[in-house]
Amino acid sequence: MSSTTHISSGQDRRPRGAPPLFRRRSAIPGFGLSLGLTVSLLSLIVLIPLSAVILKASGQSFSQFLEAGFSPRALGAYRLSFGAAFVAAAVNAVFGVLTAWALVRYEFPGKSIINGLVDLPFALPTAVAGIALAALYAPNGWVGQYLEPMGIEAAYTPLGVVIALTFIGLPFVVRTIEPVLRDLSADVEEAAASLGAGRLSIIGRVILPALGPAWLTGFALSFARGVGEYGSVIFIAGNMPFKSEIAPLLIVIQLEQFNYQAASTIAVVMLSASFAMLLVINAIQAWARKRSA
Amino acid sequence: MSPRSSTQDPWWVKALVLSLVAVFLSLILVLPLVSVFAEALRQGLGPALEAMSTPDAIASIKLTLLTAAVAVPFNIVFGVAAAWAVAKHEFWGKSLLISLIDVPFSVSPVVAGLIYVLIFGSHGWFGSWLIDHNIKIIFAVPGIMLATLFVTFPFVARELIPLMQEQGVDEEEAAASMGAGGWTTLWRVTTPNIRWGLLYGVLLCNARAMGEFGAVSVVSGHIRGLTNTMPLHVEILYNEYDFVGAFSVAALLCLLSILTLILKGLLEMLQPQVRRAGH
Repeated sequence: MSSTTHISSGQDRRPRGAPPLFRRRSAIPGFGLSLGLTVSLLSLIVLIPLSAVILKASGQSFSQFLEAGFSPRALGAYRLSFGAAFVAAAVNAVFGVLTAWALVRYEFPGKSIINGLVDLPFALPTAVAGIALAALYAPNGWVGQYLEPMGIEAAYTPLGVVIALTFIGLPFVVRTIEPVLRDLSADVEEAAASLGAGRLSIIGRVILPALGPAWLTGFALSFARGVGEYGSVIFIAGNMPFKSEIAPLLIVIQLEQFNYQAASTIAVVMLSASFAMLLVINAIQAWARKRSA
Repeated sequence: MSPRSSTQDPWWVKALVLSLVAVFLSLILVLPLVSVFAEALRQGLGPALEAMSTPDAIASIKLTLLTAAVAVPFNIVFGVAAAWAVAKHEFWGKSLLISLIDVPFSVSPVVAGLIYVLIFGSHGWFGSWLIDHNIKIIFAVPGIMLATLFVTFPFVARELIPLMQEQGVDEEEAAASMGAGGWTTLWRVTTPNIRWGLLYGVLLCNARAMGEFGAVSVVSGHIRGLTNTMPLHVEILYNEYDFVGAFSVAALLCLLSILTLILKGLLEMLQPQVRRAGH
């Protein structure tokens, strides 16, 4: 087997003047096949199709782009999608950290069931969540009937959108905070306590700062997921233009009226926002790594 | 104050936190889940079972199973290939590739459907060619498959990449130096190390494939008995005010997701290293 001599040696034995390799040589075979398959499938299923929407939206003048992407109706839809996702992420940031805290620090009956249930939004089809929440919060529903006398209309209003997005985003916050909370060793807290710190100041000055990056990441993930969410929202939202119509629904409506360009324009605005958020999330995580290093 | 009492919350804090969590989770998770079964059984078990066994419901169950049967193997092949390339080799642009694999998670499901309409729809890039050759992709089963592949794309890859990176390349290099070929190494050395992570990814991919709504609803055309998956069938019944029917099919999907959660919990208990944050 003469060929094994050169692949197992770590040195570069390429002839002089050969173009630089874009990878380091490895003894493990299958690089070409696995990378080729990865890149082709990624391009065929994800990247080329996604470029179609950008091409479609760019095939118009700038004023047409503004008209389709930033019409009053579209602006109303963005306001609702982004606003409700923000509020839902904030609610999740508060209750998600409490849930994670309870799961990590306390023992209580049914803990393993609750732990499993937190992941329900990952496993439950969004349409099922949508009709269940709509039934629950409708004026004659189990919860809605108690809200109505208080003057709170939940279903078919922006509040309903917030409820659906809270459901969708919860596990992102809990599952991002939980491992950090678990790794936070009791030693640090004990050290602070032995130095005379009270419980409140330990929470405020030791635990919360340590949770910071994970907390922000969970918030951002929950927010990002909420902005694009469709299935769980449309049943409970009411879908009134300017009031309770989310941006993804507006894309569907434009598509059903064969306004492909308008649908693509709104989609591109949403995509840009998603990628901006992705950059923010990556920046938070890089910051967290730097801080913990 | 002793250190012990300072690292443990006083009873009233614990009670307050647990009751807040209990109320919140009841309103957001428990009651919605319970209400699906309650609404399905509103008129007893008979009508619920009947709604699950109408020809349209059965057609939607079959299409949902078919969708998962296409999406899961595709996801395994892609995920293993991507993780093999990324974790076992060094190359330029690797971190960009990892970010690009995650792109479908940050795209609205509706946009995932829209892009295929723009390409394969009657007014799309290949629209007239497809019409000439009598091939239907949009408002037909292939479109549903494509949209599902898009939304489930990262599941297995993002489980396997960190797992295989952690495991390093020593075992595979040893196998290669002893003369094992690529496929033998993959099957005999790598697979036993990654099987639980793979199973975890498959579980999540399967749940998403069966439950996807937004992307599939854009490309499906909602043709009863032909292009309706279970979540779409739920929507149609619900919009027709057939609540018992809608919630009965929804209850089936609920049972499926409860099963997914139980299997996932078991995997996490037996193989704690598979759990990863932030799906």
